[in-house]
Order: sequence, then C-alpha cells, then structure tokens
Amino acid sequence: MPRYAVKTARALIRDAPEPEAPAPAWARLELVRKPRTLYEKVWDSHVVTHEPGAPAVLYIDLHLVHEVTSPQAFQGLRDRGIKVRRPDRTQATMDHSIPTQNQALPIMDPIAAKQVQQLRINCREFDVPLADLGDESQGIVHVIGPELGLTRPGITVVCGDSHTSTHGAFGALAFGIGTTEVEHVLATQCLLQRRSKTCEVRFAGRVADGVVAKDLILALIAEIGIGGGTGQVLEYTGEAIRSLSMEGRMTVCNMSIEGGARAGMVAPDDTTYEFLADKPTVPRGAEWDAAVERWRRLPSDEGAVYDRTVEIDAAGLEPMITWGTNPGMGVRVSQPVPEPNGNPSVRKALDYMRLEPGKPLIGQPVDVVFIGSCTNSRMTDLRQAASLLQGRKVDPRVRMMVVPGSERIRAQAEAEGLADIFRAAGADWRQAGCSMCIAMNGDQLGSGQYCVSTSNRNFEGRQGKGGRTFLASPLTAAAAAVEGSVADPRRYL
Amino acid sequence: MQPVTSFSGKVVPLPVSDIDTDQIIPARFLKTIEKLGLGENLFNDWRYLPDGGPNPEFVLNQPRAAGGTILLAGDNFGCGSSREHAPWALLGFGFRAVISTSFADIFRNNCLKNGLLPVAVDEATLAELFEAASSDEGLELTVDLASQTLTLPSGRGVSFPIDDFSKQCLLEGGDQLSYIQQRMPAISAYESQSAEALNTLA
Repeated sequence: MPRYAVKTARALIRDAPEPEAPAPAWARLELVRKPRTLYEKVWDSHVVTHEPGAPAVLYIDLHLVHEVTSPQAFQGLRDRGIKVRRPDRTQATMDHSIPTQNQALPIMDPIAAKQVQQLRINCREFDVPLADLGDESQGIVHVIGPELGLTRPGITVVCGDSHTSTHGAFGALAFGIGTTEVEHVLATQCLLQRRSKTCEVRFAGRVADGVVAKDLILALIAEIGIGGGTGQVLEYTGEAIRSLSMEGRMTVCNMSIEGGARAGMVAPDDTTYEFLADKPTVPRGAEWDAAVERWRRLPSDEGAVYDRTVEIDAAGLEPMITWGTNPGMGVRVSQPVPEPNGNPSVRKALDYMRLEPGKPLIGQPVDVVFIGSCTNSRMTDLRQAASLLQGRKVDPRVRMMVVPGSERIRAQAEAEGLADIFRAAGADWRQAGCSMCIAMNGDQLGSGQYCVSTSNRNFEGRQGKGGRTFLASPLTAAAAAVEGSVADPRRYL
Repeated sequence: MQPVTSFSGKVVPLPVSDIDTDQIIPARFLKTIEKLGLGENLFNDWRYLPDGGPNPEFVLNQPRAAGGTILLAGDNFGCGSSREHAPWALLGFGFRAVISTSFADIFRNNCLKNGLLPVAVDEATLAELFEAASSDEGLELTVDLASQTLTLPSGRGVSFPIDDFSKQCLLEGGDQLSYIQQRMPAISAYESQSAEALNTLA
C-alpha cells in the first residue's frame, strides 16, 4: 500500500497508535547502508543517550581549558563539591592574558596575574594537567592540541573558546562552548547537544601562487556572510582543501565560526596521518595501525546528503583582505573599498575604519603588522612570512610583531633561522600567546592605528580600543610590512 | 538560576546589525574570575567617551534606558566569541530578554543557560518594534515564556521559538548539569565500550 494511504487512514482515527510492525529485513539493511557525512559519523558515535524531548547527551573526548573562560566553571565545581571527572581527557594552558615577552618575570597587570594564578590553583586542586608558562608545551590552546597529538580524527573536542573549530581540520567534531558548559564537561565529560545541519563547502580547483589557506576562508565568509553558517557544521572538500597542509586546513577550520558555523571539518587523509605520526601522545605500533584503519572509515560516504552545498572557485581566487568591521567584509586585495549603496552596516564600518568608498585598498598606510593567533601562527605561516621578508626590511613607519603559536613553534622557528629573518627585517619576535589578536595582555593597537593582521576578527576595538584591523594572510601581512601600506604579495613571488 | 516567568518591561532599542560579543563586553574586561560586576562595562566602548565619561549619544546613557529590561537589537546578535561574559554583562545591567531576528549559536546557548531570554522575531515584526520604540520612549512589552509569546503594543501576540527542554529548564529554574549527572551510568557504560583512548596525563 502506498505510504500516503496509510497516513490518511491513521489521520481519520484520532489518537490511533503508530503501528508497531517490525521493519522488513531489506528496510533495516537500507538503514544500515544509508550513506553518512563525516559529521554524522562522528556525531552518531558520540551519542551516549538521546531521550525524547531532550537534547542528546554527547560524549566529549578532549576538553581544552584556558585561563579566561574557566575560573567560574571551576568555582562551580567547588560550590557543588564535585571533581573533574576525567583529568586524563582535559588539558589546560595559559594563552589569552599572558605577556609575550619576559614570560619568566611576574605579570605586571595584577588582574591578569590573578587570573593566571587562579588557573594554576584550579589545575592543582582538580588534578588537571597544565602547560604553564615556561613549559615546553605551552602555547595557544588550538595550537598545542594538535601539536601534542591530542587532536585526532573522529573525536569530539570542546573548549571555552569559539576558535575550537580549528581542530575540525583533523576530522574531529570541535566547537566552542560557554563557561557553564565548561563546567558541565569538567563534571561529566558530556554536553547536551542538538544535531546541526550540514553544509558542504567545496573549493574547486587549485589555488594560484600567492593564494593561501587564509584567502580561501576569507573568500568563503565574504560569500556567505558572518551569519551564513549559523546552525550548521561545514565540511570543507575539493582539490584546494586536499592539497593544503594540516596547518592550512587548521587556518580554514579556525575561521568557520566567523561565518557563524558551529564547526568546520575536513575529512582525514594521508596528510593528516603523516602530521600526527610523530606527535607525543599518539598510539604507537599496532595500535597506531588500528587507529589509522578506523580513521580511514571517517570520510563522508559516497552519496551522503548535505543539507546545503556552497561551491567556491578556488582557482579563480586572489589574495583577500577585509576592509570593514566584521570578517565577512572582505574583498580581493586589488579591489577598491566598496560603496555603501544605502547599507547602514557598510556605512558604519567605513566610518569606523575611516576609509573612502571607491578608493583602492592597496597603498592604504598601515601602522602595525601582526603575525600570529590561532589562525596563522604555525610553522607554515611563519615560513610564508619569512620567505617574503628575507633580505628585505620592514618599512620604518611600521611596527611589526611576530608571535609564534606555541613554545615548540618558537623553538623550531629559532632553530630554522626564521626568527633571525624576522629580527633582521626589523620585526619584533615574541614568545607564544594570543597576543594582539585579542589584545588582553597589553599587546594592542593605539586608537586610530591601522593594522594588517593574520588574526581572525576585525571587530571594532578587537585589537585595542579604536584600532582598525585589516585581516589577511601571512604573505599579504608581510608584503604590507615591507611597503608600509596594504600591498599585493604577488609582487614578491 | 531564577525561574524565568512572564514579565513586562521597558524596551531599549539598539538598531545595529551583527553586534558582536567584543562590542557587548570588550576582551579587556574578561580578566575577571567572577560572573558579577560586568554590567557596568556592557557595551563599554560605545557607552563611554575616551575620557571615561558617558557618551550621551548612546542609548544606555539616555533616560529611557533606566530600568530597561528588554534589549531590541538588529539581526545576528551576539556573533563572535564564546565568552559567557556577554550574557553575564547583559544580565548585570538588568536585561532579561533580547529581541532580534537571529542570534549566533554559542551566544544563544549561553543565554539559555543563564536565564536571559533570546526572543527571535521576523524582520517585519522587528521593524515594527523599532518604529514603536522610536515614537514611544516608554515603550513596554510583555514576554511570556510559557506560551512563547511576545505581545506587541498593538496587542498582537507574536510567538517565538525555543526548544521544549530549555523552556522547561527556564520555567523551573532547572539545572541542566543535574540532568547529565543523572545519566552517569550510561556515561560510564559509553566510556568503557566506545570512547577513544586518549590520555593528557601521559
């Protein structure tokens, strides 16, 4: 009998119970074989229980913690008299409010010092491992997770930080949470969650020279807008993503939240396994082989259905830069400042940025260049910037800061000679931390200053009250440092 | 958390789209280890002049904001960071609900955990509300969570979405953590059978 007839019949008999005949064998097989996306596979394998009328209880494999969004959560545990359920699935570090120079000295800002000290107290009291200042593993929370080999394909990762989406580069489901939820995870290792919609973002073709991961994600956000991904988990696919390094994939996934998305993911492949193979905490020997075997089953099945698909012509992209006060306000670096055309948001952004519509962005003088943040502070990023700066000087009008994402990266960049290149060019080479991305630690713009920044947010005052931010790739940032103004990095290739 | 009930309150209009959490509470105020005290820095950089004095142009410094409990804002409110300091600051000022056409996911989630009601309405309703607020500085609205209804000045009721679970928690002042804790046997079973082996202590 056709389905609609069954429905009509039941509708006539009010409150008739649903017939409970078991599904025939072929239908059950059909269910098992239903193609699933990467997100659906990770979601399904982490649902502890899902009761009617309530969100699912989702298991969290890895919980990353930093000093800014955790103190009130630890206090909550104390008030309730409960412990951290799984310290072995929790990793804390210091990154947001710490200085990026003289880290061995006491912190000058008494409020920041107290917050940092509070994380030490909390980690000691609750047995949570802490990569403290001075520790070889210290660094930006989204840099150290992958570096330690804790971020892995198919796991769930949360942190009280919106850029947790970074870890999706490994095929993990990773998203930011608030402090109340930090407390939930500390207490139970679980979260109440609802399934998100899925969106495939396909970057077709290979990018041209001078176009890097940051340009891909800035182009996407310019396309879909900062609320375009709300309620969705993005899966990045296509040749331009496959040919990215893990670090490039992290840059892309990192800024998923700037498109409003819950998370961003990239299916794991050999690039992923090669990156992880030598990391400190990954399984070894037969256990490693078994893990890779499991991970190979994670990519979205052929025929899996996404709720939505967005396609970006990666081959046609150019270096991108933002001109406004949110990450969706981006254009190709060679384009002029847009006209407001009656749009009050554009008008407001241009007033804040003091930019003239129709004028080219190239040539706009800048005061500061910042290379760093969880978006662009890894070895690939530093190598890109250094390759452009080698044998050149930072324009004397520009203050350039380069802040590595972790202490390991700092050590490696120094060993490779990158730090020398930055210093010789006239840039300031710092210790690891979030630094001028969030400007909580004294690394900040003065009011009215213009900055080309490799970070992730150009909101009003984000890099210091009254500061004006142009978001761009490490290559574009380095080109601006050399010219003293917004510049096209392709001139230096 | 106090139960959220039906209430009537004064409306404070802020007709700006895409208000991000850095505007709601700038990062330099996140160094606190407390939840309280953030209300005075709500919208800090729009609210205060460089000399620290109140900016008379900004709505929170105008007489109409005194005692205001409902913030009326443009589309995509609360985008940006996961800082729960944003709803803490809004609550600290005295707001009990925010009306917009949409909210960023993490912000919305954080609101629901703290008893700050995110009221999403369609564009036409929002425009009607901004118009009503510009012609009447003392505009009051009634928000009823149980029936999920916002009552407009015209008397028209507009329903707003909220999932049943969050709604029940808000109405009862209930605690979502205890819901998870009650499922501890299932969590333990999951851990022993399915959880990925991972050790941060190693």
